[in-house]
Amino acid sequence: MKPALFAALLVTAAFPASLMAQDLGAPIGEDGPVERAATDASQAQAEEGISFTVTDESAWQDIGIAIPAFATDRERATPANEAGTGALGREVARVITANLRNNGLFKPVGPDSLPQPGFTQITAPTFDTWSGRGAEMLVHGYVRARDDGKLVVGCYLYDVALQNELVREGWVVAAADWRRAAHKCSDLIFSRLTGESPFFDSRIAYIAETGPKDRRVKRLAVMDSDGANHRFLTLGSATALTPRYSPDYSKILYLSYVDGNPRIYVYDIGTGKQTLVSENRNPTIAPRWSPDGKYILYSMAVAGNTDIYRVPATGGASVKLTDNPGIDVGGSYSPDGSKIVFESDRSGSQQCYVMDADGKNQKRISFFGGRCATPEWSPRGDQIAFTRIAGDFNVAVMNTGGGGMRVLTRGWQDEAPTWAPNGRIIQFFRTEKNTGRSGIWQVDLTGQNERRLPTPVDASDPAWGPIRP
Amino acid sequence: MNTKIATILLLASATGLAACAKKAPETLPPAPVDNTSTETQPTPPPTGAAVGTQQHFAAAVGSSTTIYFDTDRYNVDSQDAAALQAQAQYFARYPQITFTIEGHADERGTREYNLALGERRADAAKAYLVSLGVAPNRISVVSYGKERPVALASNESAWAQNRRAASVIIN
Repeated sequence: MKPALFAALLVTAAFPASLMAQDLGAPIGEDGPVERAATDASQAQAEEGISFTVTDESAWQDIGIAIPAFATDRERATPANEAGTGALGREVARVITANLRNNGLFKPVGPDSLPQPGFTQITAPTFDTWSGRGAEMLVHGYVRARDDGKLVVGCYLYDVALQNELVREGWVVAAADWRRAAHKCSDLIFSRLTGESPFFDSRIAYIAETGPKDRRVKRLAVMDSDGANHRFLTLGSATALTPRYSPDYSKILYLSYVDGNPRIYVYDIGTGKQTLVSENRNPTIAPRWSPDGKYILYSMAVAGNTDIYRVPATGGASVKLTDNPGIDVGGSYSPDGSKIVFESDRSGSQQCYVMDADGKNQKRISFFGGRCATPEWSPRGDQIAFTRIAGDFNVAVMNTGGGGMRVLTRGWQDEAPTWAPNGRIIQFFRTEKNTGRSGIWQVDLTGQNERRLPTPVDASDPAWGPIRP
Repeated sequence: MNTKIATILLLASATGLAACAKKAPETLPPAPVDNTSTETQPTPPPTGAAVGTQQHFAAAVGSSTTIYFDTDRYNVDSQDAAALQAQAQYFARYPQITFTIEGHADERGTREYNLALGERRADAAKAYLVSLGVAPNRISVVSYGKERPVALASNESAWAQNRRAASVIIN
């Protein structure tokens, strides 16, 4: 044990100084894309069916959806569930039900209060059973354990009144990834019924917080969009802040005090190695990815003054995008990568500005009173979420020209919005007065569906990644 | 309530720019040391603490190890200047000592902006010490933003104590 440790230290010593100080846990690795399974003999869905391309939420939020347990062709043991594929099928239906219910979508009824269909009924539902229960939509599915240990999960959505199949899809996943199939099925249902882009099969990077207010321990952590598969990535000996997932989920940008100063690191999830975003002695903060993952924005203080810089993700020379005696910090790209919204106090207080991706044409867009901080461009491109400071701190949205401002939350200190991959839901963190305790919350664009996300300990700085491959 | 306070602060900082009429935090700290007397007298004999420790520094300059700022501001006012002069005298007396200025902000700011603001405050303190003759290569600065409060309540008094730049001797 000891000689091994010593050897490890020797090896470490061969690396540049910046790599020596480490606060990293074991790498977790990332599972790859989910393989699609053939859902046999699809009667090509040429029919129109019901097309809910609705912008008014009330039109579809009242749809009753029955989600009974997924069936199995043959009860088999699987590492995903000790009790076998049948029990796993019930779990899959529970995850889908919780996804829809927790996000205020539709009126889902889950497997624990519904009859269980047999395997042959998955493609031939007994519609009378479900119409008698008042269900307008019906989700069926199956779980099959393959000989190679992988799982095949099929997902079918039916319109009960029309007695019609609306959509079906299947996926092959490793046993450990069974929840991803449940999220893919949730996304399929959500997208088919609303016409919106999916968001459930995604992950969130955030900061896990423990300890008293003046000695807070802050660790980098990640979890699925529903809080499952939670992992700590750093050990907590150094304060970690403000993570951002790369668009392909292979890396995380975050700030760490591991060498005593605030610096941005690029953490490679697969290898567990990390590098500095910029090799120099100045503090670097507020890391951001470009939408294509090719560039990194960071803010750097030189002689006390902070400006925004851009560097290729593969390394190389940094370009200074702002050059102003005020604090310029943060930055969030428009989805097409052509513009950046950022915050600056050059006019006297924090306000939001937009510039071209090369730093040209900087102009202020927030003129509604109060301050505008931590702007984040929606993945749909049409809105910018930000922290509005007007007495309390609240999450608000505005259009990209600064008009149409709407405040969505009412906490004492709601800070740092991050968008769901489909631009429909915003997560943020809420800090309690006096105790300083914080938690991650989410709210939809109506401001009406607000809830706290379950995390093992206190949480802040959420960063929602894109939909997974 | 909050708007009223904000208005008062705005007015205070607008009118107080020249006069630097900044109130000291209510519970912290005692008045700065009298510079005119320390100039001619040796630094008070620190009780037991060795030169090169934070204890020795604090015993010599008292509460002047730390300066305080108004909301969202980083200017060195007359009270800060007196404290930094006391520090400069101490560091002139012990030229072998290197130290760090830690810049902080209160919790009523967003995280990243506060990191930038803490950096600005620490750098303002450093620039003032350099102007008093302390060699820049003896001074490191680090910003902790709102991550390391000393006063834990959520009220004006606590926030005033947390908006600070503290000089720290790290052994």
